[in-house]
Amino acid sequence: MSTSAPVSVAVEARAASKIFSRGKPNQVVALESINLSVRQGGFVALIGPSGCGKSTLLRLMAGLVPATEGEIFVNGKAADQARRDRDYGMAFQSASLFDWRTVTRNIELPLELLGWSKDQRSKRSAEMLDLVQLSDFGDHYPNQLSGGMQQRVAIARALSFKPSILLMDEPFGALDEMTREHMQAELLRIWEDTQTSVVFVTHSIPEAVFLAQRVIVMSPRPGRIVADIDVDLGPRGFGTREDPEFFNKITEVREALRAVEVP
Amino acid sequence: MTNHARLRAIAPPLVVGVGGLALWELVLTVLNPKAFVLPRPSVIAGKVVEQWSTIITATTNTGFIAVTGLIAGALLGIMVAILVSRFQIVSEAVTPLAVAVNAIPIIALAPIFNFWFGLRSPRSNQGIVVLLVFFPVFVNSVRGLTEVHRGQLDLMESFAASTWETLKEVRIPNALPYLFTSLKIASSLAVIAAIVAEYFGGDQAALGQLIVQQAALSRYSSAWAGVLAGTLMGMALYLVVVGLERWFMPWRVTEIERSGS
Ligand SMILES: Nc1ncnc2c1ncn2[C@@H]1O[C@H](COP(=O)(O)OP(=O)(O)O)[C@@H](O)[C@H]1O
Ligand SMILES: [Mg+2]
Repeated sequence: MSTSAPVSVAVEARAASKIFSRGKPNQVVALESINLSVRQGGFVALIGPSGCGKSTLLRLMAGLVPATEGEIFVNGKAADQARRDRDYGMAFQSASLFDWRTVTRNIELPLELLGWSKDQRSKRSAEMLDLVQLSDFGDHYPNQLSGGMQQRVAIARALSFKPSILLMDEPFGALDEMTREHMQAELLRIWEDTQTSVVFVTHSIPEAVFLAQRVIVMSPRPGRIVADIDVDLGPRGFGTREDPEFFNKITEVREALRAVEVP
Repeated sequence: MTNHARLRAIAPPLVVGVGGLALWELVLTVLNPKAFVLPRPSVIAGKVVEQWSTIITATTNTGFIAVTGLIAGALLGIMVAILVSRFQIVSEAVTPLAVAVNAIPIIALAPIFNFWFGLRSPRSNQGIVVLLVFFPVFVNSVRGLTEVHRGQLDLMESFAASTWETLKEVRIPNALPYLFTSLKIASSLAVIAAIVAEYFGGDQAALGQLIVQQAALSRYSSAWAGVLAGTLMGMALYLVVVGLERWFMPWRVTEIERSGS
């Protein structure tokens, strides 16, 4: 890539577009001219109707698919290079744990791939289990855990090698409301503890507002950014969900979404 | 598994088996049809005792053919499946060929194999077993190696894992349940293939030869004793595969325990 982005920016998209099956009858314009910059240590939520290209944008940032046009930078590098450098960790709606590995060995998988020694791995996985409060479950297999616990393991795995960025695609989408709120609080605690930058895809308005410092609203396909809403609710706590400002922000996001709804 | 659960798993087949044998014995005793139609279980058991060493030798020889053929066929199936799942070109070349081979009534090749390898060579019967085992193992392994969750593949890519690492950490473990399903089928198939192939040639001291020869001499109880030995061998092989399955997939055992009792 000819140009690069300043390193104080965690993720940057410059006029990025994504067209699937270009030139064929089944061509899909998934993303159109996305400009976005996420600062180091920031927490940004991407919200939009289903099929608007949120996952595609995240996969672009992860360097899993190339942009058709424009550029994506992660830590000042081309996204694909950042992927090779293991600059980010990733978590999906399906926890995507490996059934055949115990919880501890799931968390250690990226460390094994990075060639860490056994001692270093056990030390780190113990720390991560502690962080996600699953210390008693290291020897369990994923199928012995609840959905919320599995998702915590997935987060521990994504953070085990201390990436500076966490990319999350509806990670709590399959959880019940109670577990979901609990996991949101956990994620914020981990975010504050680790100073990781987070890009969080969701289709829940309250979730986006509760978690993020910035909510990016996307239009239906082809996905474009239609609003960029700062959320300044201070440190989140039990009171946050009853804060009038919380409701104001929810309303603001909802109206931005409604403005672009398909008739 | 708790003792109670184990008992519950074993009891029904045991009851049906023993009950079936008793009924068989009783019906034949009461109706007393001609012995060559179907001998009573007690008569067959008597023959097994009477010809113990002949049957043991024949079973050992046939077992060797079945087990070596099973192992070779399975390894071949797994290796070709790995190549096919890895390289599109290999897949395009091999898959139609494998399907074509599968369409051949493989057991009908036994006389031809005897001609190729020599009438009394064990190679020809091993070859039949290998061919017969290959296909189910190959097809199931390919499925297991390729039907992997998208998220797991994305994850490995996000870790910048190599193709080899993805094969080792995701595709192969993912394929194990498929592989063992096919091995359970193949274990019975291997015994059947070995015995039927022996009808046409190969080692004289083998179950297939024992069965044809005794039947030709109208010694049907002895022929049945051979069938019984083959049945027990098939069951033993199956149980070995089930044991290996549990050994290789401890996470599956916990799954079964959770859903059962
Ligand atoms: N690999 C692909 N090939 C073709 N079309 C795709 C592919 N991935 C996503 N799409 C299409 O791109 C659009 C956006 O998908 P996605 O990013 O998954 O949306 P979202 O995550 O917001 O629900 C959808 O219309 C989807 O069908
Ligand atoms: Mg999505």
